[in-house]
Amino acid sequence: MEWLERNVPKLVLAPSFVAILIFVYGFIAWTAWISLTKSRLMPKYEIDGFGQFERLFAAPRWDVAMNNLFIFGGLFIVISMVIGLLLAIFLDQKIRAEGVLRTVYLYPMALSLIVTGTAWKWILNPGLGIQETVRGWGFESFTFDWLIKPEMAIYTVVLAAVWQASGFVMALFLAGLRSVDTEIIRAAQVDGIPNHRIYSAIIIPTMAPIFLSAFIVLAHLAIKAFDLVIALTNGGPGYSTDLPATYMYAMAFSRGDLGQAASSAMVMMGVIFAIVVPYLYSELRPRRDH
Amino acid sequence: MPILEIDHLQKSYGETQILHDINISIEEGDFLVLVGPSGCGKSTLLNCIAGLEPITGGDISIAGRNVTGVSPKDRDIAMVFQSYALYPTMSVAKNITFGMKVRGVDKATQDAKLKQVAAQLQIEQLLNRKPGQLSGGQRQRVAMGRALVRDPRLFLFDEPLSNLDAKLRVSMRTEIKKLHQDLNASIVYVTHDQIEAMTLATKIVVMKGGVIQQIGTPAEIYNRPANMFVADFMGSPAMNLIPARARADAGATRIEIDRPGAAPLVITDPVARDLPADIVLGVRPEDIHEATEGAHLPGNARRADGDVLIDIVEPAGADTFAVTQLGGKPVTARLRAESPVQARQPFPLAFDLSKVSYFSPKDGQRLN
Amino acid sequence: MTTNTLLRWGLYAVLILFAAFYLMPLFVMLTTSLKSLEEIRTGGLLSLPREITFAPWAEAWSTACAGTQCEGLRPFFWNSVLMAVPAVAISTVVGALNGYVFAQWQFRGANLFFAAILFGCFIPFQVVLLPMAQALGFLGLAGSIPGLIFVHVIYGIGFTTLFFRNYYVTIPQELVRAAKVDGAGFFRIFFAIFLPISLPIITVSVIWQFTQIWNDFLFGVSFSGPGSQPVTVALNNIVNSTTGVKAYNVDMAAAIIAALPTLLVYVVAGKYFIRGLTAGSVKG
Repeated sequence: MEWLERNVPKLVLAPSFVAILIFVYGFIAWTAWISLTKSRLMPKYEIDGFGQFERLFAAPRWDVAMNNLFIFGGLFIVISMVIGLLLAIFLDQKIRAEGVLRTVYLYPMALSLIVTGTAWKWILNPGLGIQETVRGWGFESFTFDWLIKPEMAIYTVVLAAVWQASGFVMALFLAGLRSVDTEIIRAAQVDGIPNHRIYSAIIIPTMAPIFLSAFIVLAHLAIKAFDLVIALTNGGPGYSTDLPATYMYAMAFSRGDLGQAASSAMVMMGVIFAIVVPYLYSELRPRRDH
Repeated sequence: MPILEIDHLQKSYGETQILHDINISIEEGDFLVLVGPSGCGKSTLLNCIAGLEPITGGDISIAGRNVTGVSPKDRDIAMVFQSYALYPTMSVAKNITFGMKVRGVDKATQDAKLKQVAAQLQIEQLLNRKPGQLSGGQRQRVAMGRALVRDPRLFLFDEPLSNLDAKLRVSMRTEIKKLHQDLNASIVYVTHDQIEAMTLATKIVVMKGGVIQQIGTPAEIYNRPANMFVADFMGSPAMNLIPARARADAGATRIEIDRPGAAPLVITDPVARDLPADIVLGVRPEDIHEATEGAHLPGNARRADGDVLIDIVEPAGADTFAVTQLGGKPVTARLRAESPVQARQPFPLAFDLSKVSYFSPKDGQRLN
Repeated sequence: MTTNTLLRWGLYAVLILFAAFYLMPLFVMLTTSLKSLEEIRTGGLLSLPREITFAPWAEAWSTACAGTQCEGLRPFFWNSVLMAVPAVAISTVVGALNGYVFAQWQFRGANLFFAAILFGCFIPFQVVLLPMAQALGFLGLAGSIPGLIFVHVIYGIGFTTLFFRNYYVTIPQELVRAAKVDGAGFFRIFFAIFLPISLPIITVSVIWQFTQIWNDFLFGVSFSGPGSQPVTVALNNIVNSTTGVKAYNVDMAAAIIAALPTLLVYVVAGKYFIRGLTAGSVKG
């Protein structure tokens, strides 16, 4: 009885502990193991070394996927942050109907990426979408056919992703702007510092942690982005808009190449590791409960 | 039989030891105050007594029963917390009766006890309110009510007044003292406020760095501090600690104190014996007297041979504080309100040597 | 003064322009879904329907073909409901208890475990996709709704635990101490003291989990069978069905139907989400 009483908290955590241990860490280990074998359609368990990774890095399709990840990830993160910050600062100017605007900016985040992809696929469709509409207005030579151009299609993914996530970044930044100590701002105003300087010299620098959070969230979305590509371009034309996530899925479920699937998943994991671990470390380290 | 006995208690978090060999014993009806600066381990000690923190070594007995390792609910204690820790979603009445409800006390008894305690603390009109609707002082009362209703062997108070404003603090202090007298309750009370300690306690434990510095009655602690830390910590304004030299001189001791711009000040102590050459003279501001011509001196006061230069004069209504420089330190004297003392003027002082303490400058321990 | 007014106008112009950008796809989806195919082919993308028709909605709901199955979105919509409701409920309950332990009942090693859970929130799910497929087969849950519930609960616990932990950590530990002295135990304290103040964070957890699970595609497409596909997978299948003419109006109606539950949750409860998130400490 005494023992039970003392150990209730641990017993409550135990199922989650076991689940996380097996289904997160155990599974990562399993995938890591498979990535070092010659598995194809069925898993094989004899370690074979880094052959899968050599194959992976030699595959042109993977090369495209990684390139796309950097283009997509880079543009997506930068543009979403710029738009998010801009909108947050603008909305912070005692705007009438701020609530309505905020709702409008933020709602795309509630949608499934499949829905987003479906909508933008229709809008960007050269036959009946924006291109045709603008031509209908009399601009006969207007062209906007990125969706079907292999070298441009990845930018449509950026466009749709920015549309979906930038409002969320705005909300993060707005919360950050509002949490800055108003006394500091008042002091600056009394000192006669112009508004734009108050933002650039006082408010934005104190928001560094929010920039970091936004970056982490966006980077994370970018690396996991799968649904959007499937719905918008399905990786095409050809495999020009493949991302590591779609590459991995194709290897796992349509090509039946477990080894390639596992090794590409491990590379994705590595990229996330490199970004998230320092962040988590800094988040967990200095603070202790007061 | 002691109501609380702490025997060789040790407490550490990993490698760092928080409490070192704590031994305390109090009797039924005692009001024990644990006092010390923040981080001295007093709250940790209280939590150990409550059973909220496990201890690393030693024993704790409450009313003769060894409760080491017993969970808080079975220790027959009640506790009042610094933040009051009122359950935010329960009404005042529910807050007070929650403990009885958990223990399965029948409803009629609960109501009777609630009524009695509410009357005692004058909170009858608040019983249906939520904690969020109460003022700080009212919350404080509810927190006390929650403890009183339990009628435990031992009450534990963790800085209960520190969140109140100064005026309310003084009146609640008086009420706690009255409650203690009316109930003849046994209380362990933690505070960092030495005035609270002096006014409430029947017994004081002064702590620093997890080590007990001194245990004693308020008078013992005040008049015969065991070391320089206690001397400095208890009393306001603090005891003057003046570096000085002692020399045996015909059965008495000559105390020499440096003063700026003149030969050392000399006082003769007829009683002190065997002091080392270097000492620290501890003297409370009220034991330094004005020694002008015709001034009335207490029997044991010894005139210093020479005047001191007064730096600052601070009239404070009932008293006047005069600050001078002795032994390289500012020294405060509490003089009568209409004293003729003036800043930047020499002034004669006398020291009540029956009340002074001598400390060793090496380890800070008391010498006399 | 005039420059200021000008600036003000510019400000509003930019804000409204962006509002139009965010609203445009929704507008296009809605108008397209109400047009006939004939009108879509002849009219512009942004024009309002000349003649409103609800036929595409009816088709999307009950007869559109997803792959070879031509029953519309309806069965899949219910699959999603059957999957999301239990998964949200279970992961929220587990998260609440976990968060309560992490915030108020610290023990040796708890911080390390918390870090491990936190890290679990960030892994790319691709890395567990293959073994999970095997494990579901092993457990007899492959291609079933219970299998999807299981997966969503497992990978949802991290976030729900984080939410509740960060909320409960702002509650002074003295409250638990007072209740312990009063004689209450672990569960009593949880139900009598913590649960009654948890509404804001329960709202956050439910909204977050519901949005995540309803909108999920990766687990749905990887682990569902023909009879257990969630609505997102069905939507993608309908849109990519190659049989017959491309019915854009039906696609758009289907997309809106699939988006409706989360949109509704957002519009109705969105402000509670932000409020709940900021109700606790901003960060752990």
